[in-house]
Amino acid sequence: MTVTVAIPTVLRQYTDGQKQVSGSGPDLAALITDLETRHTGLSDRIIDGNALRRFVNVYVNDEDVRFLDGLGTPLQDGDTVTILPAVAGG
Amino acid sequence: MLRIPREIADEIVAHARRDHPDEACGVVAGPAGSDRPERFIPMVNAARSPTFYEFDSMDLLRLYRDMDANDEEPVVVYHSHTATEAYPSRTDISYASEPHAHYVLVSTRDGAHVSGPVEFRSFRIVDGQVSEEPVEFA
Repeated sequence: MTVTVAIPTVLRQYTDGQKQVSGSGPDLAALITDLETRHTGLSDRIIDGNALRRFVNVYVNDEDVRFLDGLGTPLQDGDTVTILPAVAGG
Repeated sequence: MLRIPREIADEIVAHARRDHPDEACGVVAGPAGSDRPERFIPMVNAARSPTFYEFDSMDLLRLYRDMDANDEEPVVVYHSHTATEAYPSRTDISYASEPHAHYVLVSTRDGAHVSGPVEFRSFRIVDGQVSEEPVEFA
């Protein structure tokens, strides 16, 4: 199975500048582990310990995974995962 | 340097006045690679706070999808400070995630929410380093 992952500008340093990469895994956590094998450093920018970083949003198709099962959100062949850093500040 | 059309700068200030005492936030998109802020997109501050702002996560997804479809990028990311100067706070610096964007800060602390003076300043924030840049109203 293959999932398409949209990479934001700020993380393209880990993907040789590519805005889209492919990966696979039964759920989001497994996908990120798979991506890390080819794009070293990416995982740490998305995950802090066992949770998503507070100011990084991850969507499966059109849903924010915070409203699904977070890192346990299941993935299917053909899904699109979008990573977007929050636009936030004080 | 940031070159921005006067009408767009006025819209940013009007948004900041309207949302005072909460922080206002938004984007001005432009053709990718052009460095020209052209399309004013006010966003909802999902935090509705005088000391914090955050784009709603679904609004954020739609914004980036639209910009992608139009071959645009966020040329300006703006927000207001309502009690402090128009200078990036520590939180602004740590969450800044668009190395190519001009971060515009507007302050309504000196009565700009009614008719007082408005501070309108622009910064680059790259790898935690802030540098102020001149603003030219076109």
